[in-house]
Amino acid sequence: MPDLGISVLFKGQNMMRLLGGLWVALRISLISVAISIPLGILLGTLMTWKNPVIKVFARIYLEIVRIMPQMVLLFLVFFGTTRMFGWNLPAESASILVFSFWGTAEMGDLVRGALISIPKHQYESGEALGMTKPQVYFYIIIPQTLRRLIPLSINLVTRMIKTTSLVMMIGVVEVLKVAQQIIEANRMTAPNAAFGLYATVFVLYFLACWPISMLAGHLEKKWS
Amino acid sequence: MKIKSVKKVIVTLVTLALSGALLAGCGSDNAQNTAAGSSAAYRSLEEIKESGTINIGVFSDKNPFGYVDENGEYQGYDVYFARRLADDLGVEVNFVSTEAASRIEYLQTGKVDVILANFTVTDERKEEVDFALPYMNVALGVVSPDSRVIESLDDLTADDAVIVISGTTAETYLTENYPDITLQKYDSYAAAKTALENGNGVAWANDNTEVIAFALQNPGYTVGIPSLGSQDTIAPAVTKGNADLLNWINEEIKALGEENFFHADYEATLLDTYGADYEDTLVVEGGVTE
Repeated sequence: MPDLGISVLFKGQNMMRLLGGLWVALRISLISVAISIPLGILLGTLMTWKNPVIKVFARIYLEIVRIMPQMVLLFLVFFGTTRMFGWNLPAESASILVFSFWGTAEMGDLVRGALISIPKHQYESGEALGMTKPQVYFYIIIPQTLRRLIPLSINLVTRMIKTTSLVMMIGVVEVLKVAQQIIEANRMTAPNAAFGLYATVFVLYFLACWPISMLAGHLEKKWS
Repeated sequence: MKIKSVKKVIVTLVTLALSGALLAGCGSDNAQNTAAGSSAAYRSLEEIKESGTINIGVFSDKNPFGYVDENGEYQGYDVYFARRLADDLGVEVNFVSTEAASRIEYLQTGKVDVILANFTVTDERKEEVDFALPYMNVALGVVSPDSRVIESLDDLTADDAVIVISGTTAETYLTENYPDITLQKYDSYAAAKTALENGNGVAWANDNTEVIAFALQNPGYTVGIPSLGSQDTIAPAVTKGNADLLNWINEEIKALGEENFFHADYEATLLDTYGADYEDTLVVEGGVTE
């Protein structure tokens, strides 16, 4: 059987370097998720209001995020802010900024969707029972919204973890970049290492995303 | 229903137009600021010395020019030179991992002081950055089987096909300068390699560093033409206008020529890949090209 790069993994610090790269990817995505979720909930709630000004702004924001590839956003924030305002953002902060900007928009849209999917009679029934508005939200609307949000937002979180592979373009050395470095450094001695290394990266991403999916499944069951 | 969907289309179009305008605005701002604020875009030689660290952009995945070894240390021909630059300047070196596509951007925003990432000098790039004296040659090369070594492109007959990889300099050069040669185009390095081994073509044209490395690793093949077409060079680049850093690097390259520094660099980093025969073809010493 040809050597598929497994031996390369155990050369020097290579395995630790890959894990270090995974930690960089997770750190960027999890901080961004932590920022996006509260901001997204706020944005989503604002979007269900009938205020036309808020609607237009939310719409423009959402469309910008949808149309612009994350890559362009990364370049714009990392290099663009230096050119325009002279800010010298570290690459990792720029990545967190872009991922939060993106996550907030998507999360906001998910929250808006979940909120308007609750039928009007749920609100009305609550009020008919003599509940105050906060009570209606707290006991009736929010629990149902949360249940609808869980699968969608988990999807978003895992997508954010996977998209961190783009941040190598602005010089952040994350797991995929480390893998490429290892493959190239050994291209003479182990030309087939690419397969083994990409397979390892696949397993690492899987190990990172799988517990999150499990948690989501568990929560869905618990709350149904 | 119909009116609603028409409304939707209009809303989407308006949004698109608005965001387009917004982006266009950003774009023109960008252009103005580079022109106006270029004085602050780079660090002078004094500022680098004061800070105690020089930021040098290198490749982290281009073995043997710039790569990271199994202990996480930067290595390679460019890196060897970068370390020496920092030593002679009396500062620490901070390596920044760059990609081919973002090298110019890094310099223009001053996020690195010098790019030493196998940066080929071209006229288009000269408009964007300032190149110092060269420290390496690049050209095209042609490799062919030992049974029939092609030493000149004039040896080829009409039936002989030359293998190239699509989108490379070799393809452009041969198409422009030798329109009569039959080209066989492949998308990847691996496909071109297999084609040569199967005898689909009589020779393979590519960057000379690539064909030299190929011939060394695969017995039975010889680089008949080690240097073809326009001689390009590889040089350090600094932010446009950073004259004192540029002058310092130029003086440094000249001084290093006295001690044959780049030959030592070649022997330390490239010898295993390219062998001793090509040392003088590839290395540029003291910034002097023939």
